Parts: sequence; structure tokens; C-alpha cells
Amino acid sequence: MANLETDYLGIRSPNPFWLASAPPTDKKINVLRAFEAGWGGVVWKTLGSQVKNVSSRYSAVDFGGSRVMGFNNIELISDRPLELNLREIEECIRLFPDRAMVVSLMADNDRESWHELIRKVEATGAHGLELNFGCPHGMTERGMGAAVGQDPEIARLVVEWVMEIATIPVITKLTPNVHSVVPTGRAAVEAGSQGLSLINTIQSVTGVDLDTFVPNPNVGGFSTFGAYCGPAVKPIALKMLTTIAQDPITQKVPVSGIGGITTWKDAAEFLLLGATTLQVCTAVMTHGFRIIEDLCEGLSNWMDEKGFQTTTDFIGRSVPTLTHWEDLDINYHIVASIDPEKCIHCGLCYIACEDASHQAINIEQGQPYNNYSIKEEECVGCNLCKLICPVDSCITMVEQRKGPDYVNWKEYQQRGLPLNDH
Amino acid sequence: MAILDHRLTDKEYAQNFSDIHPPFETRDAALVEANRCLFCYDAPCTKSCPTGINVPKFIKQITTDNLKGSAYTIFQQNIMGGGCSKVCPVEKLCEGACVYNLMEEKPIAIAKLQRYPTEKAIAEKWPLFTRKPSTGKKVAVVGAGPAGLSCAHLLSREGIDVTIYEKENKGGGLMTYGIAAYKVTPAFCEDEVGYILSLGGITIKYGMELSRDIQLEQLRKNYDAVYLGFGVGLARQLEIPGEELQGVVDAIGFIYTIRANGYPAVPVGDKVAVIGMGMTAIDAATQARRLGAKEVTLVYRRTQEEMPCTETELEIARLDGCKVLWLAAPKEILGEEGQVRQLVCSVMQLGIADGSGRRYPVDTGETVTLEVDMVIKAAGQMPYEALVNATSLTNDRGRLVITGNTTNLPGVFAGGDCVNGGKEVVDAVQAGKDGGAAILNYVMNNQRH
Repeated sequence: MANLETDYLGIRSPNPFWLASAPPTDKKINVLRAFEAGWGGVVWKTLGSQVKNVSSRYSAVDFGGSRVMGFNNIELISDRPLELNLREIEECIRLFPDRAMVVSLMADNDRESWHELIRKVEATGAHGLELNFGCPHGMTERGMGAAVGQDPEIARLVVEWVMEIATIPVITKLTPNVHSVVPTGRAAVEAGSQGLSLINTIQSVTGVDLDTFVPNPNVGGFSTFGAYCGPAVKPIALKMLTTIAQDPITQKVPVSGIGGITTWKDAAEFLLLGATTLQVCTAVMTHGFRIIEDLCEGLSNWMDEKGFQTTTDFIGRSVPTLTHWEDLDINYHIVASIDPEKCIHCGLCYIACEDASHQAINIEQGQPYNNYSIKEEECVGCNLCKLICPVDSCITMVEQRKGPDYVNWKEYQQRGLPLNDH
Repeated sequence: MAILDHRLTDKEYAQNFSDIHPPFETRDAALVEANRCLFCYDAPCTKSCPTGINVPKFIKQITTDNLKGSAYTIFQQNIMGGGCSKVCPVEKLCEGACVYNLMEEKPIAIAKLQRYPTEKAIAEKWPLFTRKPSTGKKVAVVGAGPAGLSCAHLLSREGIDVTIYEKENKGGGLMTYGIAAYKVTPAFCEDEVGYILSLGGITIKYGMELSRDIQLEQLRKNYDAVYLGFGVGLARQLEIPGEELQGVVDAIGFIYTIRANGYPAVPVGDKVAVIGMGMTAIDAATQARRLGAKEVTLVYRRTQEEMPCTETELEIARLDGCKVLWLAAPKEILGEEGQVRQLVCSVMQLGIADGSGRRYPVDTGETVTLEVDMVIKAAGQMPYEALVNATSLTNDRGRLVITGNTTNLPGVFAGGDCVNGGKEVVDAVQAGKDGGAAILNYVMNNQRH
């Protein structure tokens, strides 16, 4: 049995799954239920200055008959009294001492406010602090949240204030609402932040109501840019996570990965691209804390299959395989192959290739079933047909190298090899 | 044993004749199924539909809440797409071809999905089609069944004024008069016909029978073209002794009475034999049970391998408690005091294959006798041979012979059951479309002969 125990900057948890700072970590009642269900840790919903929320708060993007492919909120940081939150944090730590308790913070933009907040939070016995430099709505207008995370120099300054007083590990949470998360990540690390977490939510408009003409969520006839998360943002999160793992400065600190993690497979992917712990929110908001069971069991079974004892055996393992385009081997070539035994004659591969790719699929008319086969000489190995085929392993990509040696783009040009040959 | 009506309570009738394929009750339910559709290219379902409905497109339109577009996609190809969604043997057409069958998965419930937008369109009278300005051309159609209505609708859309002559007092043909009521109700058929007529430009003259009330030559003279879609109607006779006994009825007449007179008024025996194994035989057998017959036996001279109905239909009959006597050919009906008492059948065995590839049943010389008080004949329908022979229309034993869609008489077109001898509603709709297109070409491009 693989061991899922995790040590992140000395913060220990029985598994790498933490609940991200969000509504599920806003109150003792939720957090205790989460711990009972088996969650490894929580990042308590952001504490800071007092706020007032509006109604409604959430909206979603559905796709292909599935609900909530993407999720959006315009909720602010915790709207409960600070003293109540602090007392409940302390109680949760006392009741579940083996779980990670990290507290998310967003103080007013002055040194003294940050110091005061950190002193109070540390007094609860919390194990770590997460600096919320990412919230994209409501707080930014007041110079907080993403307004800090979008400017590396402001972020550096705030982290410096924090590090003057913090005695427990500090994790800086990065906003994705930037062209690159690396500059702010570097500033935070250089200013002393021991860890990074990413991504926070992405500014969004999830849709417009076609009857009222008002975008979602509707607050009395108006809406506002919200914070997008859920399965739809995973690919963006993975890319940003990788850039942190590739940068010589930010790669020195452990990362807590966030962004659309829904299944153990997502979790494994985040770990492979450099995350040490995993934060989950939307999947819990849509299905409850019970999803922790399969997250742990699935990850553990996969680790057993792959021969991994602990997550540290493979954290970041896939990072070196993400290279620059110009370093890819131009002689590597694959062509599609359709298994006629498995083919159900739906024609989806054909029409996609015909209309959107390289007209590399033959159609042989039949009544009612057409037969489809690959024109190997036309196939560029784009994967499109394989991606849309509804039958598992019906279309496979077969390696047919253009040449035996590795030739990248630079070398290809130097050798004067032919361009535009397709 | 006796033949009686009013065997059941109103509640029992209502229950027995309730919709056998209930529709989706909610948008959510329709969406779950619609979203399963893979949206195949050059889709096998479409290619297996005689009217070529773009099935993936109308299903996709359900998923995008474009129900008007979905209904239009269906009706554009098949103006009786509402009724067809209830009566088509989809297991051998669209659903039978669904690629999910090849994955050993349940096919998409195409018929049920097709009901979803079409029923709304008919119930809410969506004006999906508009007529082009009148061309001043006039076409007469004989028969307001699926072929005639589909032909008329196509022509009227193109600005042709159409008059339909119908011998019954309702439109819809066999859809209205010849199909089990638990598949499609008479009320729905009436609404469907009304929806088709709502386009405008189509007048139906009811109670007008060809050669009795109207003459073909007269129609040829008064209209720019004539379409014949009068179907088939006469039940094939068994030509065995005892066929004249009280209690011997034909299935078409039996089903007609159910639909025209209402369930309680239809008399049915205690023990009923139904001769034949086509769709009409199944409709008659199951409805005899549902009217309260204690025992119903389908009698067929071949085996399950050769039966014309689908497995699904046979399953409906079996679930209704109907028995099947395979390899039995009616030989004689015996009676007492003019009433049916027994059906004597020859026991058959399968011999060599005939020209069509079906093995021909051969009499073994043995017989089997069924105690029955009612015999329903569903051994096929005969063309209106006498009617046709009274005209100068070329025909093959009563079936009109056409080239393309044209009869031997200039300006006279034909299609549907009166040509093919009896197929599905959906085939007749397509025949009407083909005939309509040919007529349009004829009246718009040709001078009258």
C-alpha cells in the first residue's frame, strides 16, 4: 500500500488533499465534517477585514449535458467575525491534531494590519499561513487580493511585512490573472515566502441570461466579473504550475497545486508537474466531502501499480518532459490507424479530418454503415480523430519515423531540410 | 363462449389502451437521452429512415433548446414525423441502425426523442412552414392518408392549390384507422392532420370515393395533375370453408371499429384466433386481449424466422399474454348455429426456399383444432383491384404500376400502398414526397397535355 502521508514545509497531513480556502472551510461545522470524511488538511477561508456579501453569488458553465464544467463566484473573504473564526480554528486543531491547518489571510494593505492578523492567527496553533494575493473580485477594488498579486513589487513588500513576524510556514497564493505567474512567484520567494500555491480563480463572465440579457450571477439586474474555477481551469493551472517548476528561483519552494482537481487522476497530474499538496474546492462544492475516499484510494492504487511508495517518489517527474517547441524531434512521426473490428462507423473521425484537418481519411459508402480507413500518406499525426473517436482504442497512433535521428527545428533549418512539405 | 362488448370497466379500458411508449415527461429526461447521441456523420439512423430525417441534427437541436428548429428538421423530411415517432418499427429502421448497437449499448431512443419536439409543435400549433405565393396551379389528390397528405403538403408549400378527395370522414388513412390505439390515439391523428392542413392551400373533401363520387377522368380535366394515394384496404380472404360464419372478422375492420367507435362498443370473443403474423396481426391480437378476450392465439403458417413483424412487436403480444401457434395454416372454420366454434389448422413444416428466399410451408397432413369463438383475419391486405380495373390505369393485380412516380396516364401520379401493396406509414410519406416533387416539376415545367 502506497503511503499518502505528506510533509509540506513541516506541515504534516495523512494525505496530500487539502480543502482550498473557500466556503467549505469557512466554519467549524464544515471543517470537522471534512476531517471526519478523511481530508488531510484545510486552508481556512480567508480572514481579514470585515466584509459584506451579496446574493446571488455563484454561476456555472454546463457542457454537453454535464453540469458545472466551470464554476464562478462573486463571494468575498470570510464574512464572519474574526474572533469566531479564530476560536473555531483552535477547536478544529484540538479535535484533529493530525490534520494540516493552514489559514488564508488578506489584511488591509498596511504593515501593522498584517502583523496584527498574523499574531492572532498564530495564537490559534495553526500550522501555516497562506497569503491571498489572488482573489479577483471585491477585494481588488480595495487594493487587496489580486491587486497585490498582479504587481510583483507590491507582493514582495507585503511578503516582507509578513516574514518580519511570521514564525510558521508562509505560502503565497498566486493569481492567474497575469501574463505569467513567475514574476510574482519570484518576488514572493525572494522576499522569504517558503511556499507557493496556485492557481487562484480566473476573472470571468460565465454567460448571459438570454431572457433577461443580464450576465450570471444576477444581483438585482446587474452582475460583476466573477472568479472562475472547476474542471474547466485545470489545463491553465497545470501550465502555470509547470512554469513555477521550471523557473530556477520559484522551483526551490514546494508548491500546493490548485485548479479544477476533481479526481485522483487530476491529482496525480498535479503531483507529476510539481505540486506537493493538492487543494480542492469546486469538486467538493458540487459533490460534498465524500469524494475524498476515491481521491485517496485511486491515487494509492495507481501509486501501487507504478511502484511508488510515497508521493515524493514522483513529484515533479513530468516537468522535464515539457520542453520548448524548438527542441521537439521533427523526425518523430505518427499516423492514425483505425481498428475495423472496433469501429462503430459513426463517421466522426472522417468529418473532423475532412473539414478541420488533412483530408486523411477514406470513406467507403455503405448502407447504412460506411467504412473508414486512414490515408497514411496524408496523415500528419495530429491526433484529432483519436481524440473524438467514441470507442476506446479504436483509433491508435502508430509511430512511423521520418528518419532515424533526432532533428530539432534549429538543426532542421541549419541542414536546409524542406519546409511546407504538407 | 360468446362475443361480447363492454367486457371491461372504463378504468380498465383506459389502462389497457394507455400509451405504450410514454413520452419524456421533462426537459431534463429528454436532455439526458439527447446528450447520449454521438452526432454521427452521414448517420446510419438517417440512412435507415425511409424519409431521410436528419436524426443527429434534430437531436442536437433538442440539446440546444432549439425545439422549433428540431421540429422543423423532422417535419421538413416527414410531415407525419409526429405520428411516425409512435408507429414506426424503429427497431428495424433508425434505432436498429444506431451505432450504439455495435457497442452492445442501448441505441438512442430516437422515436421517443422525435416525439418530444413534434408533439409540442402539434399541440401548440407552431407555424413552422409558410406557403410560397400561389402559382395558380391546381392538383387533386385521391386519399388523405400519409402519402396523400405528404404530397399535398409539399405541393402547397410550393404555392400549388391542392384538393384532397377522401372516402372516410377523417384524414390520416391507416394512421387514423389502422393502427393499435395504444400506439397512437385517434385524437392525436386528428390533431396531426389538422396541423398539416394549418399550412393552408389544402382542402379535403370527405366522403368522396374514387369511381363512386368522383371520376378520374373528371379530375384529370379539372386539375393540372392528379396524385393517387388511395392505399389498400381489402383484407385478404382465407378462402377456406366457414369463412362466412358469425365471428369471423378482418383485422383492418376490427381495428377500424376500435378507433371509430371507441373501446367499450367493440365486441370481442372469449377465445380469439388471429390469422397472420404481420404488424396488423399483432395490433389485432394485442387489442383483442386489451378489450377483454380471455385467450388470444396468433396462428402463423411459418416460423418465427420468417414472421413479418419485428421481434419487438412479438414481444408486445407475448407480454399481453397472446399465444402463438407456429406452422399452422387455417384449413376450416367450424361453427354451430352460424357461430364460430372451432378453427382447424393444417400442421405445416418448412420446405425449400421460394424465389424470395423464404422457406415455403408444406402441409404435413396432420391437423390441430383450436376451440375459438372469434377469428380475426390478418393475412394481408388486397389492393382495390376492381376499382383500378375500372380505370385505364396500368396495374399488376390491382397494384398501380408507375415509372418514377408517374402512371401510364399523363398527369396522373401515384404512390404509397396502392403502388407497393402495403408498407409502413413512413414509406408512404416518402412516396408522397417523391410524387409531390414529380408533380411540381410536371406542373411548373410542362404544359398540360
